[in-house]
Amino acid sequence: MNRTMKTSTALLIALAVVGVLAPMTGLYPQFLMKCVALALFAVAFNFFTGNVGLLSIGHAAFFGMGAYAAGYATKEWGFTPELALAASLVVGIALGLVMGGMAIRRQGIYFAMITLALAQMVYFVCVQAPFTGAEDGLQRIPRHSLFGVIDLSSDLMMYAFVLAIMIASVWGFQRIMESPFGQVLLAIRDNEPRAISLGYDVQKYKLSAFTISAAVAGLAGGVKALTLGFAGLPDAHWTQSGNVILMCLLGGLGTPLGPVIGAILVVALESRLSGLGVVQIGPVTLDLSSKVPIIIGLIFMTCVLLFRRGIVGEISAAFASAKARRKSVADDEKKSVAS
Amino acid sequence: MLQDLHAWYGESHILHGMTFSLQRGEVVALLGRNGSGRTTTLRAIMGLIDRREGIIRIGGKDVLHLPPHLVARLGVGYCPEERGIFASLSCEENLLLPPQQSSGGMPLEEIYSLLPNLAERRQTPGTRLSGGEQQMLAIARILRTGARLLLLDEISEGLAPVIVDRLFDLIIELKSRGYTILLVEQNKYFAGPLADRFLVVEHGDVTIQLTASELAAKAELVDRTLGV
Amino acid sequence: MFDIPLQVLLGQITIGLVNGCFYAILSLGLALIFGLLNVINFAHGALYMLGAFGVYLAMQKLGVNYWWSLLLVPVVVGAFGALVERLLLRRLIGLDHLYGLLFTFGLALVLEGIFRDIYGSAGLPYPTPPALRGLVDLGFMRMPIYRVWIVGASLVVCFATWFLIERTRLGSYLRAGTENAKMVQALGINVPLMVTFVYALGAALAAFAGVLAAPIYQVQPLMGSNILIVTFAVVVIGGLGSTAGAIATGLALGVIEGLSKVFYPEVSSTIVFIVMALVLLVRPAGLFGREA
Repeated sequence: MNRTMKTSTALLIALAVVGVLAPMTGLYPQFLMKCVALALFAVAFNFFTGNVGLLSIGHAAFFGMGAYAAGYATKEWGFTPELALAASLVVGIALGLVMGGMAIRRQGIYFAMITLALAQMVYFVCVQAPFTGAEDGLQRIPRHSLFGVIDLSSDLMMYAFVLAIMIASVWGFQRIMESPFGQVLLAIRDNEPRAISLGYDVQKYKLSAFTISAAVAGLAGGVKALTLGFAGLPDAHWTQSGNVILMCLLGGLGTPLGPVIGAILVVALESRLSGLGVVQIGPVTLDLSSKVPIIIGLIFMTCVLLFRRGIVGEISAAFASAKARRKSVADDEKKSVAS
Repeated sequence: MLQDLHAWYGESHILHGMTFSLQRGEVVALLGRNGSGRTTTLRAIMGLIDRREGIIRIGGKDVLHLPPHLVARLGVGYCPEERGIFASLSCEENLLLPPQQSSGGMPLEEIYSLLPNLAERRQTPGTRLSGGEQQMLAIARILRTGARLLLLDEISEGLAPVIVDRLFDLIIELKSRGYTILLVEQNKYFAGPLADRFLVVEHGDVTIQLTASELAAKAELVDRTLGV
Repeated sequence: MFDIPLQVLLGQITIGLVNGCFYAILSLGLALIFGLLNVINFAHGALYMLGAFGVYLAMQKLGVNYWWSLLLVPVVVGAFGALVERLLLRRLIGLDHLYGLLFTFGLALVLEGIFRDIYGSAGLPYPTPPALRGLVDLGFMRMPIYRVWIVGASLVVCFATWFLIERTRLGSYLRAGTENAKMVQALGINVPLMVTFVYALGAALAAFAGVLAAPIYQVQPLMGSNILIVTFAVVVIGGLGSTAGAIATGLALGVIEGLSKVFYPEVSSTIVFIVMALVLLVRPAGLFGREA
């Protein structure tokens, strides 16, 4: 195994360990499961936008529809969780192919705007369609037994199930990126004209990446619906698209684990802030729960202005420059020894 | 006057301590291979390079930290290799676009008398002008602003010999009127009779300096350096 | 299908035209900002909201009437825009479009969050100015005078903006700058100042639309978000090549939306996006767009 594969395996193991140990720290299972769902969403989004370099502002469509699909299948058709999540995947793939197919020919900003507008169409469909339950959404989605036999009614079991799904997905994405397919994606991101001149059908590659990303985003929505027990309009709203972008930006776009860290941070921040309620800072009394969007927005702006590489990005950059400094010091020493 | 100029495009260190000076009314040609840093030098003077270190003085004034529009206001006119004609504007709109920097700007009638083609094509949109017309437009544009220091990048490139002759005559005329011209040229037959001095640029620095009289004598050396 | 009373049809068309005016003004501002700054201004909706809140607060707190607000609020919001550009947005020049978009997205969140925090999500009413109340009899129908005013004022502002861009010196700087900003700077034009001006102009236009909107829509913090996405679709449909095109597209889509409410109401909230999808299949650069 070469060095990158070793690092990524190590990271994966670290993630698994953290995931397994987390419930023991006394954090609420609901919180943990929300983290898992959104981390999966962020990883899916990052796979496309981070590795292909095209911004999609429409991923909420996949997340929301995935949530509805799993919720509806479980509630109305009695699907067991693995089938319900399969439904989410299928919905994600279908939607991804359609939306991606329409948007993929365009570059940069146009691509972003088109994904946004198409996602908005999906949102309006959700508002009006009978199966979504409109404003109320799908509530009290039951937890059937996994494969018909494993009881998921305990939060811990459910958490273990979805944690496994998330780890498997992160592993899956790592393998994809290490494969030739992944390398071509990176080549397209760095220099599309060159990739075209090398004979690659870039549109097909981009569309495939988009569809995979959409599928897993749908899966994430399904996970959210099954673990938290409800699916609603906010899941498909464009602010959810903005949310996932923030998570990746904060954690580090394009890095393998950045999105996970970003997702955990954002979920933690939102729940902490709402939880704090009214707070006294010096002479000023602030009701923090209503100020969540303001704070999120400020973090967004600060990240973009000062902190673009995200947490993981900044850390790896720091490591890289430290290594470079050590190397240049070593080189200088070699030179002085030689002369 | 440039002194010890370094310039970078992102991570690429293009100019390494470029140093030379220009006298008023001189025509100086920068010769060199593609990638040697000649265009970068012009752009650096104009303020179009993001990362520069060193000293650039125009008329005694330190201009390294000035943004491009303020450099232009000192009377510098830049004619890039791509010509920079705006497609969405007509020929005349292109010509009239830049504001006059000083009272010394050439009036429109004079420009049209020097370059009658432009007068004929004044309503044509920028994209529909021929290469030669675009080049003449690009030069005419900076003449109108009253620029006295002209930075011309590969103006003879890709043009028919007839047009090149016309440009040649134009430069001679400008030289006689006392314009200071810094020329980047591949074509030594174009630059040869025009320039007072020749600077050969290699790897971002001036390696050989020749006056016009020395050029013939050292022609072989120059050819070798240029890889001709 | 044709047994819809003429009154209803004309009524919806005029409402559609009024909406179209808002789309036109907003998409004009968006297109201007995108053309020169290469930034998708996600804060545009919030600026529109600031305009509406501006006229509301001007009346509530300062007793300033509608007519003065119409003039002053866009100027104030424009100044705010100039400040944002100069101090913050400027640092993102040369970076991927992504960052300008994300930054303005964050700005919108902050602005909307602040107002939502103070005023809640419910709509605040703003009275129609006395001079513009009542109906005008056009012969075949009667229309509220305020709606006529909106259409008239919007068309004047759109025309003035078009004139500025297509027929003045400054406009030619702008058009050239959209093509090649560095070259324009090399020719001696202060492009950074122009950039600040354009963002301020876009903000002022959005605020103007907001002031116009206050009496007929409720003044509420999320009014900008609702209209913003549709405006993006309008800009994509119109393409980025023609000022007149952007205006025409906005008006047309407003009317189309109005018509769809009469004939096929379920589709009316998505009709603009459907049109967008269709246009993109046929003309990827938009109806009047120039780059492919």
